[in-house]
Amino acid sequence: MTRSVIKLVTTPEDHCIARLAAAAIGLALIEVAIPLPLPGVKPGLSNIVTLIVLARYGWRVAAWVSGLRVIAGGILLGQLLAPGFFLSLTGALFSLLALAGAIRLPKRWFGPVSWSVLAAFAHIGGQLVLARLWLIPHNGVFYLAPIFAVAALVFGIINGLIAAQILTGHQMSGSR
Amino acid sequence: MPWLSLLRPGDYLVVLCGAILCAVSFSLVWQEGRAEKAVVRRGGEVFAELDLSRDRRVDVPGPLGTTTIAVESAHTRVRVLSDPGAHQYCVRQGWLDRAGQIAICAPNEVSVEIVGSGKTYDSLSY
Repeated sequence: MTRSVIKLVTTPEDHCIARLAAAAIGLALIEVAIPLPLPGVKPGLSNIVTLIVLARYGWRVAAWVSGLRVIAGGILLGQLLAPGFFLSLTGALFSLLALAGAIRLPKRWFGPVSWSVLAAFAHIGGQLVLARLWLIPHNGVFYLAPIFAVAALVFGIINGLIAAQILTGHQMSGSR
Repeated sequence: MPWLSLLRPGDYLVVLCGAILCAVSFSLVWQEGRAEKAVVRRGGEVFAELDLSRDRRVDVPGPLGTTTIAVESAHTRVRVLSDPGAHQYCVRQGWLDRAGQIAICAPNEVSVEIVGSGKTYDSLSY
């Protein structure tokens, strides 16, 4: 029998993505401990990481970080392949699509708050569609839409502001 | 406010659009719960369909006696005015004004239910 060594070749970019994804996963885990009145209403703190990554490294890296966060978060919370996991996955996919569009908006006019709010609405829109098609095949789910919409707006603004704050801090320390 | 300096002009626009979307979603959901008519049933069969935009009083004969149902068009609502049942649950339930609400006078086998444009729920659980 011959010993074989499997070595994964990793690039510095992989390490960078892994570090950022770890930060996002950490925030996702912290978030679960925050008590909230309604299941499904979450601040989405890990999206702050996604926004920062989007601004600094581009959409492709943001997609990696977001995807890894959903899968690793699912494993850590014991949610992998459960309905909640597919809801997160759909939400992440929709918000990434929204971000792909948002990043193309003129930077002079639209900042992280715009991206965050657009992504939050896309997130909840995608989740409502999945819930309607699969989990609760009845228009009754749309009764919760206003609450989710308000949550998306509020948390979208807050997360966007936090991301914008961190990004400006970075630019300032970088220019010094 | 240091936070306001983080907002760019277009951000206000996006936030405004988001707020409008929230308002629209609220009004859409409330619209659907609007009461349109009341369905009166006796012994499980439809006895009368009452238009809530016209004042009306209906006497429904049941096994115990007469149940009287009244529509108040000013507030588009309906109630059971009197019932021969012992406990008077359906009378004490008062006015019904939202789709999905129902008052049941079980002893006299009479019920009045409000239906709106969409079928709604008397409760939701998750």
